[in-house]
Amino acid sequence: MKTTGMPRVFLVDDHHLFRAGVRSALGDAVELVGEADEVSAAIELIAERLPDVVLLDVHMPGGGGRAVIEAIHPSHPEVRFLALSVSDAPEDVIAVIRAGARGYVTKTISGPELIQAVTRVAGGDAVFSPRLAGFVLDAFASMPPGSELPGPFDPELDNLSPREREVLRLIARGYTYKEIARELVISVKTVESHVSSVLRKLQLSTRHELTRWAAERRLI
Amino acid sequence: MVAAPRRRDHRYITDQFNPWQHHYDGTQDGRAFARGRYRRHRGQGRLQRSREDKMIAGIAGGIAARLGRDVTIVRIVLVLTALVSGFGVAAYVLAWLLLPVEGSTETIGARALSDRQGITMAVGLLPALIVVLLVGSALHAGFVSSWGLPILISAAGLILVFRNAEDDERAWLVTSVKAWLQLGPEPRRSRRFFFARIAAGVVIFAMGVAVISDSALRRSWFRPFGGALLMIAGTVVILGPWWLRLGLDLIHERQARIRAEERADMAARVHDSVLQTLAMIQRSADQPQEVAKLARAQERELRSWLFEGRTPGSFGAEGVATLSAGVEQIEREVEAAHGVAVDAVTVGDAPLDDELRELLAAGREATVNAAKWSGASSVSIFVEAEPKRVSMFVRDRGAGFDSDSVADDRKGIAESIRGRMQRHGGTAVIRSVPGEGTEVELSLPRHPSRA
Repeated sequence: MKTTGMPRVFLVDDHHLFRAGVRSALGDAVELVGEADEVSAAIELIAERLPDVVLLDVHMPGGGGRAVIEAIHPSHPEVRFLALSVSDAPEDVIAVIRAGARGYVTKTISGPELIQAVTRVAGGDAVFSPRLAGFVLDAFASMPPGSELPGPFDPELDNLSPREREVLRLIARGYTYKEIARELVISVKTVESHVSSVLRKLQLSTRHELTRWAAERRLI
Repeated sequence: MVAAPRRRDHRYITDQFNPWQHHYDGTQDGRAFARGRYRRHRGQGRLQRSREDKMIAGIAGGIAARLGRDVTIVRIVLVLTALVSGFGVAAYVLAWLLLPVEGSTETIGARALSDRQGITMAVGLLPALIVVLLVGSALHAGFVSSWGLPILISAAGLILVFRNAEDDERAWLVTSVKAWLQLGPEPRRSRRFFFARIAAGVVIFAMGVAVISDSALRRSWFRPFGGALLMIAGTVVILGPWWLRLGLDLIHERQARIRAEERADMAARVHDSVLQTLAMIQRSADQPQEVAKLARAQERELRSWLFEGRTPGSFGAEGVATLSAGVEQIEREVEAAHGVAVDAVTVGDAPLDDELRELLAAGREATVNAAKWSGASSVSIFVEAEPKRVSMFVRDRGAGFDSDSVADDRKGIAESIRGRMQRHGGTAVIRSVPGEGTEVELSLPRHPSRA
């Protein structure tokens, strides 16, 4: 899909000023293939242009970023989504991740960090901000292992491995992947695979906290 | 918990959102109403037509408010009086003319006195009355004669009301009458259906009248009872859809007003917080540090209002009772005092006790140090509460230092963090690499049995 070395990026946000800010922050580091300011136009254009990465605002009229992911993701799993939002509310974050986003960053992120996040998502990895890592630790830790859960419990999906926990803690402490690799004496690739595995669990687990967050979101 | 007094712009609220604002001359009632805290004054004040409890003219609502009774009871009494004798209807129309509407002192009747054309039209109904009375007596139908006078009085009164009502009330009358003509909740329904319904209603009503006035009916109890029932049924068939529509309109209007009040409240809050901050930012546009500080503080306040439902301005007012709230407080205060972004992530939570307060105090010192000395633009805090341990990490990507060559004053601070933790059975580890930044790790064992 990549014709140039740069990831092809599509930008969806209903605020004109914010789109302008993202454009200038991304600069020449990516190939911007399109923009949309509302959900239906975004769905149409993304399906037509099939970018590598969609930078997606979580809060938009007409169903928000989630509606876009849900419309595109099943038919075009190769299009990857990176959610952008001013909201740090856990239900928002968890809802877009569970819908299929590969990562979540807040809108206060700096330009170079955003470029790095886009590149990482384009490469098929997950992007976890410290806050998202905190939410995940919270969701997977708030119930001690072995306690009774409503519904079937899948130890493969519903528990984090000790190593994954360590990686998440370091992300929450503000470490970069490179620093985590150095700290744990593993390769950056291994860190990335741990994070991707956490993302998979986050998307597929039926843990009570996660489904509750998702369900609460659906009510609104 | 004392909320800071907030300035509210009443002009804005009333101009934007209250269709009757021109009545409000600053009286207590007007303001209470505009704020949505209007309550019925029980058994006090003058008899006025109600704006809120209103089906036609708000008279039942006004009487109910004056007597302190339920408006439904008053309405039932009024309808029964109207059914027993047409003079009930006439009295209602007269009250419409003679009672001022809430918030106003002038009555429609007072204005009608100078409406010569209206009076002429009303008087012009007199010949019609004479015709009706003649027909009634010719047919020996007593009810025609007895209803003729009040109906004509009502008609004359309605003419005067319509011509002299204030604009908003007249507009309301026009839409109501239109609604009646177009028929109810489904305005697109065919005219044929409309006339069929009216005819059916009239027939049922006439049957009721016939039953009441038919002296040949033997079972005497059936006469008034069955007759009244049929008349009510006829009225419902004719007017039912109209009432339904009016009721729905009333509900919609109330909902719209509630929404408008919410918007007014929101506008007041945005004015008090965001707009003020924006004004301050414009004033200090030449000081980037100050602008960033203001923007961060405002963002935090707005976020906590929108997503956590906390009232703006209530920060610091409430007591901090949990670990996560304590971390948030550090986040806010250090940001405000040093103009450095602080990003805190908390996993798990615990109620604050003395030991945790010490941990937070040490963490706060570490955060302030990072903000003051590291030169980094942001500081990360990560706190994790586990059953057996609470850990806190404060990290910056600033200058860092070589722990062997630390200036004495900074060593002192580091020691105070370390000493504080050790006194409570915890540990403090400070890692720093020159050029890469510093991380302070605080750890405190927990004893769940003692909690």
